[in-house]
Amino acid sequence: MTSTPSDIGAVDLALAPELITIEPGALTRLHAALAERASREGLLDVAYRIVETPVGRLLLAATERGLVRVAYEREGHEAVLATLAERLSPRILESPERLGEAARQVEEYFSGRRTAFDLPLDLSLSNGFRRTVIQHLKDIGFGRTESYAEVARAVGNPRAVRAVGTACATNPLPVVVPCHRVLRSDGSLGGYIGGLEAKTSLLRLEAVAA
Amino acid sequence: MDMKQPFERLVDLHGATVLRVCRAVVGPADADDVWQETFLAALRAYPELPPDANTEAWLVTIAHRKSIDSVRSGSRRPVPVAEFPDAHPAHGTAHAPPAGLGDPAADASGDGIWERVARLPDKQRRVIAYRYLADLPYNEIAAILGGSPAAARRAAADGLKSLRAALSAAASEGESA
Repeated sequence: MTSTPSDIGAVDLALAPELITIEPGALTRLHAALAERASREGLLDVAYRIVETPVGRLLLAATERGLVRVAYEREGHEAVLATLAERLSPRILESPERLGEAARQVEEYFSGRRTAFDLPLDLSLSNGFRRTVIQHLKDIGFGRTESYAEVARAVGNPRAVRAVGTACATNPLPVVVPCHRVLRSDGSLGGYIGGLEAKTSLLRLEAVAA
Repeated sequence: MDMKQPFERLVDLHGATVLRVCRAVVGPADADDVWQETFLAALRAYPELPPDANTEAWLVTIAHRKSIDSVRSGSRRPVPVAEFPDAHPAHGTAHAPPAGLGDPAADASGDGIWERVARLPDKQRRVIAYRYLADLPYNEIAAILGGSPAAARRAAADGLKSLRAALSAAASEGESA
């Protein structure tokens, strides 16, 4: 035989495009069925979906225990998923079903029809003092704000103002755990994981709706 | 530090390739099931996979095993040609015509290649799928199928030769018609 197998292969596959063509939607259907079955068999450790909001695309991720991560686009959703793979489990699939209720409540919040989130939360990405701060943030109600110093006092560590700032800056569940309701003592914004524009948007939304 | 990517990324990167391989190996009718079984088994085993592993070769290896399971679990033929939705109804699977005498109607509708792939001997069909659809090197293919890389290369050449002969026979038949 004079020609090489790879030459023949290229010719044959070019003659047979139906061997490599996949009709639109086929992989989407297979993926959805895989995620559904993986979830049913307890193999889907982290499910996620992307929701469109007035502050950009938010990634919502949940374990079997509850919502574990909300991420702004500026954090880099790929990077966030890579971190979840490393810290929680690499068994991660996009699966809108598990996030159905969370997505609905987020949508209601941004449309001004919801003032409190009622979702199971998985706080396993926060430990120690940061977790204590996160627990307290959940109690700052819609339309209210506290200063970093007030939060530090509330968690029993009045000198830890800077650590409270760090805890807010690394809040794994922004929007749902309202770190945007924490401001500087002089009333200025301080920082925000979603950017100052997003923090302003959320505070304005709550001021109008409250 | 080794970082393992989210499983979603594997589905994204290799889902199409694995589906092509499944279709070529078990036929379009059973390919979806084998694809599901492959990715479910992969998801189960993924945490134990070494981070530097070749994920595509790993997935094709699992698909290979699952395709054998799929063939064993049914009483059906390995490649249920007649179950392909658009296959010509006149073909009973037990009476498929010899290669090169394909049904012109099936050729015209673009389905002839599946029947021709289906009629290749099992090893040739798999080698061609793993080499040309999954782009695996022959040493990986030999590791999956057993035997030597040289034998895998020969099987690919033989398979392609009969596929090419069948395709050109069909083409000249079409021209004379």
